[in-house]
Amino acid sequence: MTFSAWISEPINWIFLLVGLVVLASGFRVVTAKNVVHAALLLVAALAGTAGLFLMLAAEFVAWVLVLVYIGAVIVLFLFGIMITRAPTGQDEGLDSEKKVVPALLSVGVFVLMAWGSIDAFGTTLVGATGDPISTELIGESLLGRFVIPFEVVSFVLLAALIGSITLARKDLTPIEEEEGRRV
Amino acid sequence: MIVSAGYYMALAAALFVIGALGMLLRRNVLVMFMCIELMLNAVNLTLISAGRALNDLNGQVAVFFILVVAAAEVVVGLAIIVAIFRRRSTASIDELSELRG
Amino acid sequence: MSWPEFWIVVLRVILTFGLLLVVTILNVWAERKILAKMQSRIGPSRAGPYGILQTLADGMKLFFKESITPRKVELGMYVLAPFLAVIPAFLIFMMVPWGRPFMIGDHEVTLQGADLNVGLLFILAMSSMAVYAVILAGWSSGSTYPLIGGVRATAQAISYEAAMGLAMVAVVMFSATQGDGGTLSLAEIVERQSGTWGDLSPALQPVLQFVPRWNVFPQIVAFVIFFIAIVAETNRAPFDLVEAEQEIVGGFHTEYSGIRFAMFFLAEYINIFSMSAIAATLFLGGWNGPTFDGVLPGFVSAVLPTIYFLAKTYFLVFLFFWLRATLPRLRYDQLMQLGWKRLIPGALGWLIVSTLVISFRQFGPPWS
Repeated sequence: MTFSAWISEPINWIFLLVGLVVLASGFRVVTAKNVVHAALLLVAALAGTAGLFLMLAAEFVAWVLVLVYIGAVIVLFLFGIMITRAPTGQDEGLDSEKKVVPALLSVGVFVLMAWGSIDAFGTTLVGATGDPISTELIGESLLGRFVIPFEVVSFVLLAALIGSITLARKDLTPIEEEEGRRV
Repeated sequence: MIVSAGYYMALAAALFVIGALGMLLRRNVLVMFMCIELMLNAVNLTLISAGRALNDLNGQVAVFFILVVAAAEVVVGLAIIVAIFRRRSTASIDELSELRG
Repeated sequence: MSWPEFWIVVLRVILTFGLLLVVTILNVWAERKILAKMQSRIGPSRAGPYGILQTLADGMKLFFKESITPRKVELGMYVLAPFLAVIPAFLIFMMVPWGRPFMIGDHEVTLQGADLNVGLLFILAMSSMAVYAVILAGWSSGSTYPLIGGVRATAQAISYEAAMGLAMVAVVMFSATQGDGGTLSLAEIVERQSGTWGDLSPALQPVLQFVPRWNVFPQIVAFVIFFIAIVAETNRAPFDLVEAEQEIVGGFHTEYSGIRFAMFFLAEYINIFSMSAIAATLFLGGWNGPTFDGVLPGFVSAVLPTIYFLAKTYFLVFLFFWLRATLPRLRYDQLMQLGWKRLIPGALGWLIVSTLVISFRQFGPPWS
């Protein structure tokens, strides 16, 4: 298939546009000097990914991604940045000096992975239309075949909850401990 | 004609590499955390497109689990970062080397 | 998609948009008037009959006022934040069915912006986006009080979203037993609430035939939790710590003026209405009600469902105003305690109880 034939399809335009947004904002996340800007660019990258999920007819997972990541995780990031009074301005000298070797390594890994995936799936066409996998099927699969991983994951969440509360709690001074007061 | 699954995966590979590069180059804990999220999402995209290409439900189920675990990871990670900030006001990962033997 | 279908989609979106704008403008006036009555004042009375045009007059004034941009702001985000406040508020209402579907020729027109299969998930996602406006406005203003407002808003939104989501889960689970399989589509959830409870239980038919089949009756606890959570989510009194005037001047929108301030103001009222509309849809049967088909002229019974929907929603909106007139603002630690120690455990407990009842009814007692 020639490039001109490929580019003449509207859906490919959308793919290119969303893909460019995702890559550009992902790149800016990595290079941004301001942590708050990085977090917001991450929102753009994740929103683009959710859009790609929608194009792949994964409706449920796309909105879960928006809900969990954009709605909770990045809000937590911003919250963390603001209550810790983290240096949100320029942070020069915080970056690694050696840039050439990681860059070459990354390009190599990218070429390898991209070549592998296009070689394996380059001719498998997936459309936005067609039968989307319904939420019901995912639910049945989660509570049927994958019920044990599901329960394990819920324990992971509980452990994370307890762990983060323990970590974030202020240590009590001896006097306060004696009085049994919580701060 | 429609986009082939391989292109989605190539895009995901690019995103993953960007995240990995960020991990290697940046030394700000919060930014490194965000790079992890980028990489996880690249993996999610790969799984979804593979699931779509093979017409298999399990890709989406795996993504669901990744999302849950990533949420747990962020909660604990941020709690650690907040605790660190409370003791010493630095964002550099290199200064957090007390546990080095 | 054929051309008639395309125009029907355009019509649906425009109608939904228009309805939302009109009721929002009325809401601002209604709140001022109701608060005035409750406090023995007159309230707006000059612009138009009973001052009904007051909101338009205020809007004109704000529109032509200078939008002051303080020197220390982060310009891009400072300008973006008001838009981020309005857009999710509009998108949430797009999911709400606000009238009975009717036919134009042989095309069905549903009175709803869009009917997603995962509508409820979309609503949760969008309502969690709303916090960005507040936190960005607070941060980009480069000033202390807005930042405090922004941080407060984040903590509040995260805390109450969980309770809201859990209450929704209980309803979805109950709704799944009312029809063929579970559903997250709001149109479907509304349709499952048509009729009365008498249709289901022959034994109690004489009493229950007058009780509409709304989810609020079996799910009353979820309704209360949901309502408290949406009051907190929309940052309304008694949970308005985000903009507490007496403590932090005006909170996140201290540095905003003119049309940008008006957008925040508008977003608050749109949110009140859309959230009340969702509560009415999930718990109070949405547009369901007696339509007297065949008795009344066709046009009247086509419009009646929309009137029922608006009446139910306005009842909830009135509760919002009533709360503001009655309750003093909570302290910050009281807010967190209510969220984490009362609402979330309460919602979880109710979820367990309602699961047990549903499975008991469906599979019989466990010892059988």
